[in-house]
Amino acid sequence: MSETKARPATSIEKAQKARRRFLQSVGLTAGVVGLSLLGYIPVVDARPPRLRPPGALNESDFLSSCIKCGQCVQVCPVQAIKLADIGDGFGLGVPYIDARAQACDFSCDAVQCILACPTGSLTYKKPDFLNIRDGAPLAAAPILKAKENDPEPTLNLKERIGVARLARPESCLAVQGKGFKGPARGAAFTGELRYMAVDRWKPVPVREHPYDLELCDLCVRECPVKGAIELRPVKGADGVERMTPTVLEPCVGCGVCEMMCPPEPAAIVIDPQAVWKA
Amino acid sequence: MSRFTDLFMGMLGAAPKKPEKVSEKVQQIMFLKYEDKDRYIKEKLHAREHHAISHKWRNRRWAVLIATNLLFVFSFWLDIQILEGALTASRFVGFHLIDLNSALQVMLAHKHVIVNLFIGTFTVFLLWVLLGGRSFCSWVCPYHLLAEWTEALHLKLVDKKIVTDHQFHRGTRTVFWILFALLAVVTGYTVFETLSPTGILSRALIYGPGLALAWVFLLLLFEVFWSRRAWCRYVCPIGLTYGAVGTLSPLQIGYHVEHCFHEGDCRKVCLVPHVLDVTVKGRAAEESMGLGPDCTRCGLCVDTCPTGALRFEVKGLSKLL
Repeated sequence: MSETKARPATSIEKAQKARRRFLQSVGLTAGVVGLSLLGYIPVVDARPPRLRPPGALNESDFLSSCIKCGQCVQVCPVQAIKLADIGDGFGLGVPYIDARAQACDFSCDAVQCILACPTGSLTYKKPDFLNIRDGAPLAAAPILKAKENDPEPTLNLKERIGVARLARPESCLAVQGKGFKGPARGAAFTGELRYMAVDRWKPVPVREHPYDLELCDLCVRECPVKGAIELRPVKGADGVERMTPTVLEPCVGCGVCEMMCPPEPAAIVIDPQAVWKA
Repeated sequence: MSRFTDLFMGMLGAAPKKPEKVSEKVQQIMFLKYEDKDRYIKEKLHAREHHAISHKWRNRRWAVLIATNLLFVFSFWLDIQILEGALTASRFVGFHLIDLNSALQVMLAHKHVIVNLFIGTFTVFLLWVLLGGRSFCSWVCPYHLLAEWTEALHLKLVDKKIVTDHQFHRGTRTVFWILFALLAVVTGYTVFETLSPTGILSRALIYGPGLALAWVFLLLLFEVFWSRRAWCRYVCPIGLTYGAVGTLSPLQIGYHVEHCFHEGDCRKVCLVPHVLDVTVKGRAAEESMGLGPDCTRCGLCVDTCPTGALRFEVKGLSKLL
């Protein structure tokens, strides 16, 4: 008798324990999934978009296809590519370029990051089913100034990653008619750039390559792509003609102009993921 | 149901069951073992006395885990380029290697597979079929090592009755696996990768630390003060993916009932104690049995077993030799 009485007692306790465990497991599931969905915050938040490495798919495709391994980071000769932190939500571990700190200068010639990407997040040729935004494709393969005299002077890149824009003409030295003397971004700047006159294969720190210019044309002079930007006389509101950096269709959005621009903040900037509007 | 299905269901969360049929050989062994109780106790004590506490497999495993992760780090830092990338995807002297779970998440989110992704995934699939699926967890995953260290702290606190281990249902991990797969398909983002401490730690080691490490720290705190090894046991879909791959693996830890005194030291050190259910008296159906796909082949039970009833084995090979 006593045994039959004892049995329901233990089974109730067991059932309670199982119930508690079940509820806690549901809680754990809801908690972790809830946390994972916090990754949406930066997506919903209308922050300025990130500049992605060359050959990147459209942003949403890029985030879904990137496996977050950083092989693109490892091959970049100027270490332009960084991996985003947790503040980027679903973009955690996804590569981006902070052009002001270190732009992509194509000193690798072959767009090594695309070559390194194992998932096709960075690609020479988009698969057919992926959307191509109007104004993203480049009219012609960009010609690298550094390779201009080579038998194959072009860069294997079909779409731009952004477009340069003279955001603060009032601070542009050329617009003001000023020259520039000294290292482009000061003596403490760590960014690097390929100077063909110094070494074709080894980019050197910008601070080790000072300038002495009558009229500042750093954005035009150091732009790695032929015909992407030029100084043009442009009439201002006051009717006076001033030499103004003018961005042209071949601009791929690499960001070298933004990196080299002496004033702080830069007069010319890249609009990441922007397309060409004629 | 076959032992194979039982083990697979056990990995998904089913409770271990008593065997329906125990082989004659095992019945004979058990009979002989318990025939003379005094002798049995004497033998047991004798085995205990002569058991030199060894950390052989643990030390080997830690060495491999640290070396693998350092190879990633130095390939980048010193530019020796042997193993480039991170644990999610890499290149070993040029050959693509891609983590199976990360690959799965990307394929589900992006819905497109390029050749390199397929090659890398297939190579890693073959590698872990040979090396035992979840061996990835204990022999490679950097979070596993951290969690092992904080587990020691948790156990100390449990011992002092400061904390208790809150166990969840093991099936929760299966639910997570399905949910993260669905989330990838539906949202088009690799949602799990945002949380994965494996990826976060691997990238932090190679590319430098970030705020994401705070999340890993919180997980470790949760495991110290609330639930023992919670991430690996109840959440991580990487473990289940590799576990599924390991079902086919010839490398396993084998259990030999003849040498076992059924005391359960092995179950106390195990990350997935349900795989050691066969070591409970009366649960072994065959004379020697593999521990199944959820076993991480960490070797802690091999180290701790005083009688050598648990050993690393390659299926088929022991018969050949």
